[in-house]
Amino acid sequence: MTGISEFLHMGGYAFYVWGSYGLAAVILYLNYLLPVRHEQQLMRKLSILQASKTG
Amino acid sequence: MWEWLIKFASPMNFYLLVNRFAPWLGRAAVVLFAVGLYGAFFYAPADYQQGESFRIIYVHVPSAWMSMFVYMTMAGAGAAGLVWKTKVSDAIARSCAPLGASFTFLALATGSLWGKPMWGTWWVWDARLTAELILLFLYLGYIALQSAIDDRRMAARAGAVLALVGVVNIPIIHYSVEWWNTLHQGPTITKMDTPSIHVDMLIPLLVMIAAFMCYFFALVLVRARVEIIEQERNSKWVQELVLPPGGHK
Amino acid sequence: MIMAKTSGLYLTILKRDLMLGLRNQSDLVNPLLFFIIVVTLFPLTIGPEQATLRQLAPGIVWVAAVLASSLSLDGIFRSDYEDGSLEQMLLSPQPKLLLIMAKISAHWLLSGAPLILFVLFSGVLLYLPTGSMLTLLVTLLLGTPVLSLIGAIAAALTVGLRSSGLLQALLILPLFMPLLIFAVSAVSNVNRGLSVTGEFYFLGAMLVLALTLAPFAVLASLKIRMA
Repeated sequence: MTGISEFLHMGGYAFYVWGSYGLAAVILYLNYLLPVRHEQQLMRKLSILQASKTG
Repeated sequence: MWEWLIKFASPMNFYLLVNRFAPWLGRAAVVLFAVGLYGAFFYAPADYQQGESFRIIYVHVPSAWMSMFVYMTMAGAGAAGLVWKTKVSDAIARSCAPLGASFTFLALATGSLWGKPMWGTWWVWDARLTAELILLFLYLGYIALQSAIDDRRMAARAGAVLALVGVVNIPIIHYSVEWWNTLHQGPTITKMDTPSIHVDMLIPLLVMIAAFMCYFFALVLVRARVEIIEQERNSKWVQELVLPPGGHK
Repeated sequence: MIMAKTSGLYLTILKRDLMLGLRNQSDLVNPLLFFIIVVTLFPLTIGPEQATLRQLAPGIVWVAAVLASSLSLDGIFRSDYEDGSLEQMLLSPQPKLLLIMAKISAHWLLSGAPLILFVLFSGVLLYLPTGSMLTLLVTLLLGTPVLSLIGAIAAALTVGLRSSGLLQALLILPLFMPLLIFAVSAVSNVNRGLSVTGEFYFLGAMLVLALTLAPFAVLASLKIRMA
């Protein structure tokens, strides 16, 4: 590998290689983000419900 | 095979377990991804025939492997739920589906992106890709069935039966598709079958597979934890968790 | 004595389901009509040229048959579910696997068997060589029971759900793909003078597997859904 531009060029296959890795990154990130966010929202909602019941 | 699930059959124990292990699995995944990606781009040499596009193997193969592994896990957890009626295994089975479907989709998409420079077309009906596509249909059917049934417990058990029927069919599907493919295809061998792979190329692949595994286990536990909290929201331990005693007057 | 009782129960339920099925004629005719319409779509779209249709005929008729069969699956348990007799059947002390086999047999007699005739007929429409008709018949005799058996699993899993028909189709079509591959391959191959024993063996194996395992899966699914 000679230099950053060579690296990004990937021997002409840049679109396919970075497309694949980019897609993987997006999918893996979303599978992390969505449940984590859902959990936070759930906890918040339940604590509000809980507080209103006992408060 | 899945008896160890019984230890964590109690939802509360499962919750504590996930809290302890999921972060470590996540950190392990991050480290393994870093090592794997370095290996994929800097350690492994470019392929003689395919050049740099061969590096797609480092996401394609782990995704394909995970798509099968997750389906087996989903069926196993479902079976555990049918046999021992454990809520935790039901939650794990349900949580497997979106992850498994994502891996299957990723395997198909990266397979397509790998195929275009190699064979000139965006899609090839070769045995592996076709079987992977059918697997995606099986995942989506499972998700559709569970969504259609409102009762969580019933949905889990129905899903388990479907997943087990699927497991029986997967070898049949693979055999049929292989057979169909040799029937119609010429003598071209798919480039994705690299039977004798150089060890320098193999090591990053194994690291990436390990990374995907840790990632999967971390996230399936997190998802299952959310399911459990939702299901057990009226129980005392969840109520205390959500609003600790003394947090209100 | 027990054999008489067993066959008596089987025949009773079979006769009952056949009578109920024959009463509702549109449920019988609609899938067959659907089948013929789907078959007709192909000459309309790909052209009436003999050579093309002849080559595609095995695939077209089998795909249409699978789709039409998937449509008729809803009826296996629906009416019994709606009037409560399904629940009664599950609670009764009678051997339930026998009841299930009787219901699946009735379904095959009402939808699979007529479909066989329609498929052979449409083979003629699509210029299928008469030499392959016999092979087509064998694939149908081996394959349509499998459609009923595996289809019954999907019907049991989705009984009573809204738009269950579509969900059933989505669930089972992937499972029918191996059957399709081998059935169509047999009919295509016989045209070219190639051996079809491999395909027949596979279809036979699928039938045996479905006969032995599907009833259990159907029973498990019904128990889950009717809990």
